Amino acid sequence: MAQPGSSSGNLFVEGGAGTLKLLAYLALAAVLMVADHRGGYLGTLRSTAGLLTGPIYRLASAPADLARGARAHFTSQQSLLSENAALRQQLLLANARMDRLAGVQVENQRLRELLGGTHGLQLNVQLASLIGIDLDPFRHRLVIDAGSRRGVAEGLAVIDGDGLVGQVLRVTPANATVILVSDPSHAVPVQVVRTGLRAIAYGTGRTDLLEVPSIPLSADLRVGDVLETSGMGGRFPAGFRVGTIESLHPDDTRLFMVAEARPAARLDRGGEVLLVWSTPDAVEEVGPPVPPELRRTEPAQEAVP
Amino acid sequence: MSRQRGGTGLLWASLLMAFALALWPLPDYLAVLRPNWLALVLCYWVLETPRRAGLGVAFALGLCADVVFGTLLGEQALRLCVIAFILLRFRAQLRYFTLLQQALAVLALLLNDRVVVLMVRALAGEGWPPASFWIAPLVGAVLWPWIFLLLDDVRLRLRAREPS
Repeated sequence: MAQPGSSSGNLFVEGGAGTLKLLAYLALAAVLMVADHRGGYLGTLRSTAGLLTGPIYRLASAPADLARGARAHFTSQQSLLSENAALRQQLLLANARMDRLAGVQVENQRLRELLGGTHGLQLNVQLASLIGIDLDPFRHRLVIDAGSRRGVAEGLAVIDGDGLVGQVLRVTPANATVILVSDPSHAVPVQVVRTGLRAIAYGTGRTDLLEVPSIPLSADLRVGDVLETSGMGGRFPAGFRVGTIESLHPDDTRLFMVAEARPAARLDRGGEVLLVWSTPDAVEEVGPPVPPELRRTEPAQEAVP
Repeated sequence: MSRQRGGTGLLWASLLMAFALALWPLPDYLAVLRPNWLALVLCYWVLETPRRAGLGVAFALGLCADVVFGTLLGEQALRLCVIAFILLRFRAQLRYFTLLQQALAVLALLLNDRVVVLMVRALAGEGWPPASFWIAPLVGAVLWPWIFLLLDDVRLRLRAREPS
């Protein structure tokens, strides 16, 4: 095998690369991939290397930011006024709804106290902006401008004004990657608001479609039913809107039904998202006490690997 | 080596530009058309200056890309290594191709790259991608002559300006 880049270095270098060298690199890449996929051993490496990605992200999103800035600068006053009016109206509506919800929450809290169990109702919220970059069109990921420095951790639920967006997949000090509910490898436990039927909604790889398989034929489910997170598994807080059922059809075995749902959140593009997590305040433990070193581990995760 | 210094600057600048272009936000219907900028730019440098851009550079670049794009660590490294190796192997022929023939060769390379991606995704247990997955290599091949001419022109200008 010819030595790579032989000493002549002219235009006629024959066989510029050794097969052995290629094999070594390929093996190294394969080892890295397996280590990354199987164990996630490379988390710390990734998060330190992630420090370097910040400037590149900023560079890539600069033109979009500039365009947005220019658009904001040149928007006519008329459209600003109308937008302002619309937002005011929405705020009023939201406030009214909030007032009612506050009443319901107080009532709920009282009932729970009567029942003697407190389930983490305290929700913590943090606002984050999307960074205007695309990672891979065939994987549904977003990058947000909040990282571990601002307390973001893996597995936090991400919502927008309309519903559940996804969950935090990977964290670097300054940024975090979010996997969308529409990613084919993502699943979220849901329940139907009307009936309380529980199911799991899978991503399909399309931003406008979720799939809810394995629904019993006898289940009470109709087109137009609203799905919300059920809180099962403890990863997503309960009660966030996930989507609306658009169609129902039997699956290949004819023993179950498959529902197709439209995600509630605007997954294709939005300005800001909220990171949400519930603080488990004094959850009553059932069964024998858990040793302290095990207590810190995360609850079972929903994302199918 | 000193006479290649200007070219080195251009090498890094073009790779940085490729990263920026690859991350550039596009609407959904255009995102599937996004060519593999990194592979195209790497192709140029492997063809023109194989002593500076060999397998090692391809591998390191791929690792950077994995961190930046959040793919499986090693995936892009593997893909770029395969591309660089094929290019180095057929470099003598490719350099005497016309631009059109080169574009066809680049198309074959990028399609092969897609097959490699498919293999990695299958092994990682991810789903089968939609048909639009195969459009990007075509766009890449169409863009190749322009990238080649642009980089060549800039490189020759830089070299002419530098005192030899």
